[in-house]
Amino acid sequence: MGQIQLKQVTKSFGDVQVIPPLDLTIEDGEFTVFVGPSGCGKSTLLRLIAGLEDISSGHIEIDGKDATNLVPAKRGLAMVFQSYALYPHMSVRKNIAFPLRMAKMDQAEIDRRVDGAAKVLNLADYIDRRPGQLSGGQRQRVAIGRAIVREPAAFLFDEPLSNLDAALRVGMRLEISELHERLKTTMIYVTHDQVEAMTMADKIVVLRAGFIEQVGSPLELYHNPRNEFVAGFIGSPKMNLIKGAEADKHGAATIGIRPEHTDVSMSEGMWQGTVGVAEHLGSDTFIHVHETGLADMVTVRITGDIQAKHGDKIFLTPQLDKLHKFDAQGLRIG
Amino acid sequence: MARAVTPRRKVINTSLAWLIGLLIFFPILWTILTSFKTEAQAIASPPLFLNFDWTLENYGVVMERSNYARFLWNSILIAGGSTILGLIIAVPAAWSMAFVPSKRTKDILLWMLSTKMLPAVGVLYPIYLLFIKMGLLDSRAGLVIVMMLINLPIIVWMLYTYFREIPVEILEAARMDGASLKEEVLYILTPMAIPGIASTMLLNFILAWNEAFWTLNLTAVNAAPLTAFIASYSSPEGLFFAKLSAASTMAIAPILIMGWFSQKQLVRGLTFGAVK
Repeated sequence: MGQIQLKQVTKSFGDVQVIPPLDLTIEDGEFTVFVGPSGCGKSTLLRLIAGLEDISSGHIEIDGKDATNLVPAKRGLAMVFQSYALYPHMSVRKNIAFPLRMAKMDQAEIDRRVDGAAKVLNLADYIDRRPGQLSGGQRQRVAIGRAIVREPAAFLFDEPLSNLDAALRVGMRLEISELHERLKTTMIYVTHDQVEAMTMADKIVVLRAGFIEQVGSPLELYHNPRNEFVAGFIGSPKMNLIKGAEADKHGAATIGIRPEHTDVSMSEGMWQGTVGVAEHLGSDTFIHVHETGLADMVTVRITGDIQAKHGDKIFLTPQLDKLHKFDAQGLRIG
Repeated sequence: MARAVTPRRKVINTSLAWLIGLLIFFPILWTILTSFKTEAQAIASPPLFLNFDWTLENYGVVMERSNYARFLWNSILIAGGSTILGLIIAVPAAWSMAFVPSKRTKDILLWMLSTKMLPAVGVLYPIYLLFIKMGLLDSRAGLVIVMMLINLPIIVWMLYTYFREIPVEILEAARMDGASLKEEVLYILTPMAIPGIASTMLLNFILAWNEAFWTLNLTAVNAAPLTAFIASYSSPEGLFFAKLSAASTMAIAPILIMGWFSQKQLVRGLTFGAVK
């Protein structure tokens, strides 16, 4: 079991309130991702749940029991840190066994669990090495191993992949998702990378300056962003946000159109512009269009390849049914 | 491009380093050489470098006249005792400063260090009076306390720098893994800080061993360490350079040998944190 409830939780550092009163429920077995730009309070929120920071007011309940004043060790949660935080003077085996040793488990059970985790995470060949002799990916696996052997109520991940190179990150992303499928344990995952959020989460919590901007499934957030901030944050490349006369035509202060919801033509269309940079990925082409009179730059995404180079005239037509409209306060209309 | 080091430059740099090294070592070398001369040769002009009649006579006289073993034992007790006592106080202090700092932590550290800039003689009078009142004059216990106090700021600073190098996330990981404060300190912090603690101990031992101002002023017979042993040979009634040199050599030999064998640890300790 691993339901986590935050009730009117706040956190202040001195006079600065980084988390204003916040309510959030994370259901048992759910993969929840906290996402937001740096400094939005997502890591602080995770540390509050972990018990590594004391909350300033409010309550935290784990499985219906008040955990507000419990020390981290008593909350039954396991955490994977960005820097892995392995014990450098211990072998992989001892690192993974450490939480079990602290739980005063008998040696036979410790060995059984450590060997099991090492097998699952492909660490068996490195079990007697020290962390310093491992690659980044292997270290991250040890950190995950140390977390899973305890069979915690929930896993907390604090930007665990940001120190890995791009290829490894994709691989580890999959591994963590598979781990979740297999264990069905509650996971809370903090990241600033919206691709990680979209691909891994059951539920995304978008944060800005300590406020929850929106909570929902990845596709809910993609299709129905509650406001301009979420619209701009979720999706890659970013949604184009257009203000002024063009927005007025649609009865909104701001309209948003995703790069993939814009049709492109070299001869005719609704909007006209000049190609700035065309990024050819093979499967897709991103074209950054200037001089449209709409915004500084409009980005479009086309499946497959298109012959467009710097300086070419280009015509764009938004798919009107995919248009997002926002009022002057940035909130969604309709 | 990396800066090119030409072979010529390398030769010049190496020679210069040796020259400076020898310059620093020369007084010690001269003291050692003088200790093997006769009193007449010791003050000969022009000075004799190696071409003299080597003799162990001075050592014989010094051993006969003074109880070297007692001075040595006092030195070991005072340097060792003050180091251990200092660590017992400094380890928790440095830990709290490194891992649960407050707004004033930096100020406290600077203030502690500023006491090292105070001329010792400025507090000689009050400390001397305190020692008389407390019956600590010429006692080893008194000297252990004073030595500990004067070196404490350096011990705290050094340990603080080492502890700061230990990523706090590792300690947090231990907390998440269910370690109590005691277990966190015992199984995670201490093993990780051992190189730092060892070099701090070493440096403090050397500083306490070499300290002369307080040892000379606060001891007479019972607690007198090797510094007092040397001083007893710089008598005003005559020039006994050879005997003084023999006494000095005997006093510095233990620490010199210890320093030689632990120089790697010392250098590592002193530059720790400076280069990552």
